[in-house]
Amino acid sequence: MSVMFILIGCSFLLAIGFLAAFIWSVKSGQMDDDYTPSVRILFDDVKESTTKTEEK
Amino acid sequence: MENAPGATQKNPVLPSAYDYLLDEKVQNQLLQYKDAQLAKVTFFIPAMHCSSCIWLLEHLYKLNAGVLQAKVNFLKKELQVNYNPQATSLKDIVVLLSSIGYEPAISLNDLEKRVKKDDNRKLSYQIGVAGFCFGNIMLISFPEYFGLDSFTQGTFSKLFGYINLILSIPVFLFSAQDYFKAAWTGIKKRYISIDVPLALGILVMFARSTYEVVSGNGIGWFDTHAGLVFFLLIGKWFQQKTFDTLSFERDYKSYFPVAVTVIKENEELTVPVTALTIGDRIKIRNNELIPADAILLRGDARVDFSFVTGESEPVEKIIGEMIYAGGRQKGATIELEVCKKVSQSYLTQLWNNDAFAKDNQSSIQSFQQTVSKYFTIALLLLAFGSAAWWLVFNPSLAMNAFTAVLIIACPCALALSSPFALGTAMRMLGRNKFYIKSPAVVEQLAHMDTLVFDKTGTLTQPSASAIQFLGNELTEQQAQLIASAVSQSIHPLSQKIKTFLRIGQLLEVDTFTEQTGKGIEAKVNGYDIKLGSAVFVDVLTSTQNNLATRVYVKINGVVLGYFEMEQTYRKGLSTVIGELTEAHYNQYLLSGDNDKERAAMSAYFGNHNNMHFNQSPADKLHFIQTLQQQKQHVIMVGDGLNDAGALKAAHVGISVTENTSHFSPASDVIMDAAEFEKLPQFLQFSKRTLNVIHGSFVISLLYNLVGLSFAVQGNLSPLIAAVLMPVSSVSVIAFTTISTTYLAKKGGLQ
Repeated sequence: MSVMFILIGCSFLLAIGFLAAFIWSVKSGQMDDDYTPSVRILFDDVKESTTKTEEK
Repeated sequence: MENAPGATQKNPVLPSAYDYLLDEKVQNQLLQYKDAQLAKVTFFIPAMHCSSCIWLLEHLYKLNAGVLQAKVNFLKKELQVNYNPQATSLKDIVVLLSSIGYEPAISLNDLEKRVKKDDNRKLSYQIGVAGFCFGNIMLISFPEYFGLDSFTQGTFSKLFGYINLILSIPVFLFSAQDYFKAAWTGIKKRYISIDVPLALGILVMFARSTYEVVSGNGIGWFDTHAGLVFFLLIGKWFQQKTFDTLSFERDYKSYFPVAVTVIKENEELTVPVTALTIGDRIKIRNNELIPADAILLRGDARVDFSFVTGESEPVEKIIGEMIYAGGRQKGATIELEVCKKVSQSYLTQLWNNDAFAKDNQSSIQSFQQTVSKYFTIALLLLAFGSAAWWLVFNPSLAMNAFTAVLIIACPCALALSSPFALGTAMRMLGRNKFYIKSPAVVEQLAHMDTLVFDKTGTLTQPSASAIQFLGNELTEQQAQLIASAVSQSIHPLSQKIKTFLRIGQLLEVDTFTEQTGKGIEAKVNGYDIKLGSAVFVDVLTSTQNNLATRVYVKINGVVLGYFEMEQTYRKGLSTVIGELTEAHYNQYLLSGDNDKERAAMSAYFGNHNNMHFNQSPADKLHFIQTLQQQKQHVIMVGDGLNDAGALKAAHVGISVTENTSHFSPASDVIMDAAEFEKLPQFLQFSKRTLNVIHGSFVISLLYNLVGLSFAVQGNLSPLIAAVLMPVSSVSVIAFTTISTTYLAKKGGLQ
């Protein structure tokens, strides 16, 4: 049964990874505007510097 | 390239109008960031309305090489521009934007206080953390609930207990912290809000669970604890729905321009509006706003006061006349002399009134506030009562019973019913273009018993007055004569007749006189033409139609007929007033105009005492306050800046607007004018929403009673709590959202 300890550890690592991803997404502003990106994805990429989103 | 998809450029603005943007001070206030290579600025662009707008605005760098990046937030109608200050300037960007039809709204307000980035992010983090912990704690707790641990002789139960404890710490310290803060501020102010029993429940749950785990007595209530916080935060998030593009806090500052052209010693300077002093000579161009009370010195002033009064017909002013701030010049450039400071103007001093100083989150207590006071007292009595009981009969159970009561009675379902019912109602109303500032306003609406209407622009439809000619049909020649005569006059009625007749070729006018308020007299091609009121033209009229304005026509002494211009009331006005009367609302009319429409309006309002004419903005404000002193709960329905005081003072201010992206004064509700007919339904719906809240309160009390019956006996197991808490929360959420939506549909809302 001691394999349980490893499994629990793994499941937590995975879950913490998701939590970290969520926190990152909020931090980078993905929750601030849930409409514009859905339109922006349809535009042609022309200039690299403009398609790069900026974080702060 | 297609310059402005979908948007037409109505009022081109001269580049020189933006000279103030070259000013260092103004720039510093507008820019979010600036160094030698990079400057960042965010504009609010009301004209943004479709995906092509996003495309165009985000490709701004193609039109101006100095722009490094442009990023749109469509829901907020914001455009963030990063540019190289060495390659271009703020002014160039603004001029470019307005030349392609997306004039940014830059107002005095932007300069005074920097728009703060609203901090919804903390709540997102709190929900994320609580959700993460809740899920994992549930998982860890399952073996215990199903007794699976007995197979392993309890090897895991201690470990699991500690894992739960560790997972609960962030929930307790971070996710739930706002409830402790709110409860504490409430207690300090001697005020018991729903946060008090919530905070108490969370605290006791965490403390007792920790004790149980550490002492090895059990596994505690960590799952209920995390679940409770998670659900509460979800409720908070649901309630936080806001209409981003609408601003409910606008005052004259967000409407007034940032700077104005001042003429000093034959030189034109751009001066910030706030720096205007008495005696300054200012220059106002077509479509610019008059920022302060001023005297007309030069030029033909035709001033559109539609934002102030709701009346869209421009008013003519003659030289030497005083023009109040807030009007927009239509036509040629004029020059004025400022005679009052911006903050002291007739209109703006309304904001110095006390009604604006205090934040009148009104005296009406919400249902939740009322209930939570009694709820908390009853809860504490019960907790101490059961503790006392067990101290006498079985002291070992006393602590158990005491904490169990506080845990199980933690009013989660109760705390969720209001946010979900009001939040749903707010969304339903928003879908019907009745935009509400905050969910609490829905509940306020349900308590109102009095409605006060502004007339012009609210009950009447601006700019929609119909015109027709009644009498003998005009011949081509007659029409030409009339058109030639009226073209000499800049009176709004003359302008209307001229547009109506649509004559291309005008004749030369030999003589022309105009009598203010009466009519005009002209000699054209040998014909004597007289146009004006019945008295002026010597006509005896039998039928009096007060709704319509008539201009009689007389050529060579023969009366041909009259032009009739009808003031149109909003569609469904009589039904609206009728339904509201049936629902027992007191209704009043306030108008800044004279009482020539008294008779017409009395058809709707009946009692003459309910109608007040010639009301100044301050009169309107005082009228509302007088009603409130008589313990009436007042809704003010208005539209212009002159209603701003009344809208603010009323318990609920509803501002009616033709276009929601345009200016509307500070209010609790912004209503699309097209939906005016539905006003009674909106009010009725708010009452029904309140019933839903009452209903869900009963449901949550029933759950509490079931839980309490276990708790007072001292045998509340963590499993019962873990089942009861989510079941009660979810069922209350389902009940409120479904029934509110159902009632909205039943009440005729979409």
